[in-house]
Amino acid sequence: MAYKIKASDCTVCGACEAECPNEAISFKKGTYVIDAAKCTECQGKFDAPQCAAVCPADCCVPA
Amino acid sequence: MNVISLDSIFALGEMKSQPAPEASGCTTSSCGSSDGPSDMAPEVWEKVKNHPCYSEEAHHYYARMHVAVAPACNIQCNYCNRKYDCANESRPGVVSEKLTADQAVRKVLAVAAEIPQLSVVGIAGPGDSLAAGAKNTLNTFDQLSQLAPDIKLCLSTNGLALPDYVHRLKATNIDHVTITINMVDPEVGQHIYPWIFHNHKRYTGIEASRILHERQMLGLEMLQEAGILAKINSVMIPGINDEHLIDVNREVKKRGAFLHNIMPLISDAAHGTHFGLTGQRGPTAQELKALQDKCEGDMKLMRHCRQCRADAVGLLGEDRGSEFTAEKVMLMDVDLDGAGFEKRETYREHVESERATRHASKAAAIAEVAHIAGEKPILVAVATKGGERINEHFGHAKEFQIYEVTAKGAKFVGHRRVDLYCEGGSGDEDGLETIINAINDCVAVFVAKIGGCPSKSLEAAGIEPVDSYAFEYIEESALAYYASYTERLGSGAIHEKIGADASIRQGAYTARRA
Ligand code: SF4
Ligand code: SF4
Ligand code: SF4
Repeated sequence: MAYKIKASDCTVCGACEAECPNEAISFKKGTYVIDAAKCTECQGKFDAPQCAAVCPADCCVPA
Repeated sequence: MNVISLDSIFALGEMKSQPAPEASGCTTSSCGSSDGPSDMAPEVWEKVKNHPCYSEEAHHYYARMHVAVAPACNIQCNYCNRKYDCANESRPGVVSEKLTADQAVRKVLAVAAEIPQLSVVGIAGPGDSLAAGAKNTLNTFDQLSQLAPDIKLCLSTNGLALPDYVHRLKATNIDHVTITINMVDPEVGQHIYPWIFHNHKRYTGIEASRILHERQMLGLEMLQEAGILAKINSVMIPGINDEHLIDVNREVKKRGAFLHNIMPLISDAAHGTHFGLTGQRGPTAQELKALQDKCEGDMKLMRHCRQCRADAVGLLGEDRGSEFTAEKVMLMDVDLDGAGFEKRETYREHVESERATRHASKAAAIAEVAHIAGEKPILVAVATKGGERINEHFGHAKEFQIYEVTAKGAKFVGHRRVDLYCEGGSGDEDGLETIINAINDCVAVFVAKIGGCPSKSLEAAGIEPVDSYAFEYIEESALAYYASYTERLGSGAIHEKIGADASIRQGAYTARRA
């Protein structure tokens, strides 16, 4: 149960990193990636996955 | 604070640098407001007089730079697409190099040491300066307010997060904030904003615009209370918010905004924006000016905004950003303490004395043409590199400044870009034709120099090429020309030009200094 970032669509804006409640998102080798081990799909914290809600490129999707 | 007009800003400047001129002796671009300078507190004048974006006069003399430390955004606008970054494109929201706060500070200090005209550092994106916790923005400003306290700091925002940060901005000594407000009615807003991200939730449709609107108004009121100057930017989108911007103007005025800047929509399919893809057109030059004139009333509009990119460096209308990339700045020997402070001080003193002389000279030129008061205004295009002079070669001009001339003076009403179009844009029209289209509503174009061929084509289009005022001051030359034009019109030597409109070049300003 985790989200991932489609790197080809990512604009590298970093909006998702700032919203993630679990610090699961980080900048690696020129793009943002989600650490599946840390991602909880925001359950228990928010109604919707925060990364997907803020992403301007709609590229945060279920893994 | 009341809404103050830009006219009164100039009038105040005049009073500061020389004895107050008689009402009849002041220039239109410096005076003429019924409110008079008394409606602006001296501290407001202090804040704006050297800001190239807020004062038409200052924009001839002072430089600004934007640092692109804020890539994230919290809303989606239909005129913005952050996916692409065309190297020739410079509409706000587009930027080639994103910086960390430390890189940005280093860059500012390097530029400040090199360009003594630098008076303002702004953060305008490329996303929203207050999105994602505003971390980079605040960090950059905190450092700069320590290291270069003489430089003014400002930021642009869509306003959604603004209410959360007004107190923090006050503490950091930010004295200007620009909010982009395109609507005061969510019914209109829903056609501009597909969604916003607020309180951990994505809102769409009318609700998104309702929240955005409430936050914008709240933010504006809070700025007012905190004594931070607020400028409003609006994007004019024909058929969506064009007439509505009159309501926007009224509402922001009521809440104390001190300047309203109406910009044309920049839209082209090649930009990949929603409006670009759906074929939404931008306004023509005449439509834009007509709306600006309607809104002007007692609040001066800003007409010299170049919609520069989020990493612009230099005087308005020039972009020296490529000289100061992060890579180049890292190699430069940056003085982290002094950073050219004395050079900037000297330059500012020089400008102050120059301004006083300028005001006197303009007043004299106006007195010269008093006999033709009441004649119809004309528009003239000017090729200039700054310093209020006609000092650019026709063929080198990347843009023309447009002045409306009457016996009361020459009023700056806008600029027209004629630089080359973004690759992949609408393509290769002939350069000269482009220029003629861009200034077709003018009766003359003032240049430092011009060749025989373009002169003929201009004349055929009813635009008189004028190089007899080469290197002279713009306002004085425009008035002298106006007198001769009126006389020739009266004697039947020339005929009036009626109904010509001009097109607005798509894509913002990218001119690099040669
Ligand atoms: S779904 Fe939630 S927890 Fe997972 S990466 Fe996105 S924001 Fe973080
Ligand atoms: S919000 Fe979307 S576009 Fe921005 S960095 Fe994250 S995944 Fe990429
Ligand atoms: S974007 Fe407009 S307000 Fe900002 S610096 Fe450029 S001209 Fe000034």
